Amino acid sequence: MTEEIIIAGFGGQGVLSMGKILAYSGIMEDKEVSWMPSYGPEMRGGTANVAVIISDERINSPVLHNFDTAIILNQQSMDKFEESVNPGGVLLYDPNGIIHHPTRKDINIYTIEGANEASKLKSSKTFNMIVLGAFLKIKPIVKMENVLKGLKKSLPERHHHLIPMNEEAIKVGFEKIKEVQTV
Amino acid sequence: MEEVKLMKGNEAVAEAAIRAGVDAYFGYPITPQSEVIEYLMAEEPHKRTGMVVLQAESELAAINMVYGAAACGKKAMTSSSSPGFSLKQEGISYIAGAELPCVIVDVVRGGPGLGTIQPSQADYFQVVKGGGHGDYNLIVLAPATVQEMADFIELAFELAFKYRNPAVILSDGVIGQMMEKVVFSPQKERLTDEEVDKLYNSWATTGKKNGRERNIITSLELVPERQEAHNHHLQAKYKKITENEIRFETFNCEDADYLLVAYGSSARICQKTVQLAREKGIKVGLLRPITLWPYPSEAINKLADQVKGILAVEMSAGQMVEDVRLAVNGKVKVEHYGRFGGMVHSPNEVLDALETKIIGG
Repeated sequence: MTEEIIIAGFGGQGVLSMGKILAYSGIMEDKEVSWMPSYGPEMRGGTANVAVIISDERINSPVLHNFDTAIILNQQSMDKFEESVNPGGVLLYDPNGIIHHPTRKDINIYTIEGANEASKLKSSKTFNMIVLGAFLKIKPIVKMENVLKGLKKSLPERHHHLIPMNEEAIKVGFEKIKEVQTV
Repeated sequence: MEEVKLMKGNEAVAEAAIRAGVDAYFGYPITPQSEVIEYLMAEEPHKRTGMVVLQAESELAAINMVYGAAACGKKAMTSSSSPGFSLKQEGISYIAGAELPCVIVDVVRGGPGLGTIQPSQADYFQVVKGGGHGDYNLIVLAPATVQEMADFIELAFELAFKYRNPAVILSDGVIGQMMEKVVFSPQKERLTDEEVDKLYNSWATTGKKNGRERNIITSLELVPERQEAHNHHLQAKYKKITENEIRFETFNCEDADYLLVAYGSSARICQKTVQLAREKGIKVGLLRPITLWPYPSEAINKLADQVKGILAVEMSAGQMVEDVRLAVNGKVKVEHYGRFGGMVHSPNEVLDALETKIIGG
């Protein structure tokens, strides 16, 4: 199993930490992982993205051209990464703020109302965990118990009281994901 | 068994330095390597091992602090990124001239000038071919994984002390910023002053005791005959390093018709290119130099007898490709491919270049 994922959105949405939690979850399952952020001035208010690879085998290139899954959280990222999804792959996005929806016919498309659901939970910070939950529903590449272990590993201890809320958010994502098209 | 950690390459450098029993780190922040000093400051290694971590007022100050600490036989290091590495050149040349051991990490970003903060491999000439003045060589190690960022700290110090020569870890923004699994060696004790004196009293300024000559650390010798003799001595040492310390690895070279030569993050990218090419039925292999100086010229020369063409892949306008051409000595076609100025080539772009420049060219 090798899963190559791009997570892309605005700086501040928790894109990099979502990737980190996913990578940690992979480690909990003894898988090989890599986490390659785009870093730089573009992170301030602009787009932030991270390529995460989880695999049973040794990972060669952390830099990729195409992905099995694209998790897209703003319009700029949609414009940039819709094309990079492998045919038959997955595009998961939050329709909030998206004007030009994906048009490809050869990929599986899902939506998750991450921003809306996060405000229902009264915590905008749960946004990324809702999206992660949605992703895990389509691609259960890591077990839920290991995601929680990964969450614990990547959060500093002073934030550990937030773990139940994050667990709740993952479940919301799991339930609220919508299928747009499957191929 | 040590715990598996998920860490950035830069953080791995910092943790590995503490574990290797390094006495002192002197640095100055610059993207994309600032996590080295950030991690060290947060970790407070003076409480763990007594290691000194100091943010100097500039890169020049940092390298000269390393010079001073190394003169006393201490394990000292610094790190920076390209523009900061340029600033250290004078100090590096002096340290090489004075034959002192130390480790310098360069996490390369796009240039020239202040350039960009994104990854690049365009410091090859500067690091491998000198950079500072005079006839000297640095031992240059090129990590391709976060694990190697950690492992090479200990190796670099081992080689630096073995040959009393500065060693450089030449990394880039990809390896510095990405996170991967890493397992660290157990904590090594720092040497005591008495141990340093015992091991290095033939050269280190540990305080003159009865019965030994003064140890003088200098790179200045105004009598040209003596300076020439010193240069002969250095060249003999470099020859010995070249004979003993070349490191490289090969992937899928056994039946290869074409060869990629790449180091650091480009070597990682090229491994994927090899996979993509073989799926298309093109037999491609990869040689990855681990030491950039001394360079694995002989291994490349041997492979040139077997393959139809060689593509040197590096994030620069073409620097290491010159060493590949020298190694191949005209036996087969050698071309260069690489994005630069902060752009990173993808495995597919490398495959396209191989097909147009080497196979179809």
